[in-house]
Amino acid sequence: MPAPVVPMLNYFAYLFDGGHWSLAGEGIPDRLLQHIAYTLVTLAISAVIALPVGLFIGHTNRGAFLAINIGNAGRSLPTFGLLSLMVVLVGIGTLPVIVALVVLAVPPILASTYAGLRSVDRSAVDAAIGMGMRPIQVLFRAEVPMALPLIVSGLRSALLQVCATATVAAYVGLGGLGRLLIDGLSTNDYPQVFAGAVLVAVLAVLLDLLSAAVERAVVSPGVRERSVRRTRWRRARPDPTNEDAPTSPVGISG
Amino acid sequence: MITFDAVTKAFPGGNVAVDNLSLELPTGQITVFVGPSGCGKTTSLRMINRTIEPTSGTISIDGEDVTSQDAALLRRRIGYVIQHAGLFPHRTVADNIATVPLLNGVNKAQAREQARELLTRVGLDESLASRYPAQLSGGQQQRVGVARALAADPPVMLMDEPFSAVDPIVRDGLQREFLRLQSELGKTIAFVTHDIDEAIKLGDRVAIFREGGHLAQVGSPQDLLDDPADEFVADFVGRDRGFRALSFITAEKLEVEQVSAYVDRARGASLVLDDTGRPTGWSVDGQEVLRALPGTFTTRDALRLVTDLAITSPAGAAVRVDEAGVADGVVAHEAIARHLTALRRETER
Repeated sequence: MPAPVVPMLNYFAYLFDGGHWSLAGEGIPDRLLQHIAYTLVTLAISAVIALPVGLFIGHTNRGAFLAINIGNAGRSLPTFGLLSLMVVLVGIGTLPVIVALVVLAVPPILASTYAGLRSVDRSAVDAAIGMGMRPIQVLFRAEVPMALPLIVSGLRSALLQVCATATVAAYVGLGGLGRLLIDGLSTNDYPQVFAGAVLVAVLAVLLDLLSAAVERAVVSPGVRERSVRRTRWRRARPDPTNEDAPTSPVGISG
Repeated sequence: MITFDAVTKAFPGGNVAVDNLSLELPTGQITVFVGPSGCGKTTSLRMINRTIEPTSGTISIDGEDVTSQDAALLRRRIGYVIQHAGLFPHRTVADNIATVPLLNGVNKAQAREQARELLTRVGLDESLASRYPAQLSGGQQQRVGVARALAADPPVMLMDEPFSAVDPIVRDGLQREFLRLQSELGKTIAFVTHDIDEAIKLGDRVAIFREGGHLAQVGSPQDLLDDPADEFVADFVGRDRGFRALSFITAEKLEVEQVSAYVDRARGASLVLDDTGRPTGWSVDGQEVLRALPGTFTTRDALRLVTDLAITSPAGAAVRVDEAGVADGVVAHEAIARHLTALRRETER
């Protein structure tokens, strides 16, 4: 039997059909919202688990071996397999989906938080302690702000992975954009599959742009994309006060 | 005054970093801890602000045992400057300087205002206040590090190799600036370095440590150069300690020849002055082309400089100037040698 020939233009038929964008019932907006909900709930739970653990092992440098290896083991579990196992264990529902996604999201957040804290300039930490910061102040006023670019990048990569993988929810009868893929495949409705794929990709890009904006808001310019910023600012404002040269007033004041 | 009383620090594993150290650091003076690596100088410094705790013995500041106080509060009253400055990259220069005042609950606006004043104090432009450390040169960062340590006006400062990570020219500027600041502020300073030249230049008192955390000798720089306690100290202060000791004798009593009368016959050199009497260079072998002066000295400069000028001069002589920069005397190295001989006779008598 020859494969059905689908004209190119038809791929967009489902996506651009106004009827599928209806706010009532189970249209695209509904699927999008479900997908975003799975993603954000998963990210929130993962952050609540991974950030404190990452901060603790990064700050104390204790238990790093264990935590990183458990994290890597988690990363190597296939999400779909884990999801199937969870469904067998606890039944159909949102819980197994969220658990499977959390297992996927925790390792990158944990690893980058730990790595972020370990990469912090030790002399700045030494100065923080030596100037009289208490341990909790050293962590939150010195180490975390300096580690923030890496911590945020861990959160962003977890966000993208979860957004892409949340399609598995549809396999166990839940919603989200995965519905378009599963339903489309089972009925050979390729425009619907195409619409699902495009929507997941677009959503991932939008979430990443949004998180880039959040990153700009929370990460100090002093530790952000260091080399780029440095050359740009240097060029824009030549330094009239570079007093390191021996000809400076300082040099002759002694 | 900071007092070490029989202080020992042994690390787990039996490595003794500091062995039964008793030492006094006088109020308002710079005491330099110097020695080869592994001699316990940094460990000793860090025990003062309790970033390292001693195994036995006591350290007190003005009679008060440091271990009787809350460690964080103690440290806020002690300025702390380290190698590479250790500035917070995520904070602006002003907020870096304001660190300790902010910890002490000073309001932000006031702390930042004060930070700007401190920038000027350490020789930086106020416009740097809103920059981030990554936008500063190494020397500028180190100055900000000093300003940050001074922010809460602590009576005691600890400085751990603060100038060793910058190039020699910048270091020289920082050292002079540091001495100028200290002459205004009169802090009680403990200063760690591995560089004996820096120790002699900066220290009111110098404590030389040897491997195993033993104090080899403590005294004024001149004491150490004139009268090293043993082979180790003599070796450490270096073979040219005689020359270095000239840093402590001024050229005040050095006899000079009249500028107009001075002609070096062997080299045929004469000093050329401008209309106001300032020296412009040497004319050698009657040539019109001037050879540059390596520099000039005044009566307040050290004999070390005068000797150096005489050695590097094309005429074999150093030129003395008065306050206005007008040449008022010339001294050849033969005359310097006679002066040194006379000085030695004087001290031997």
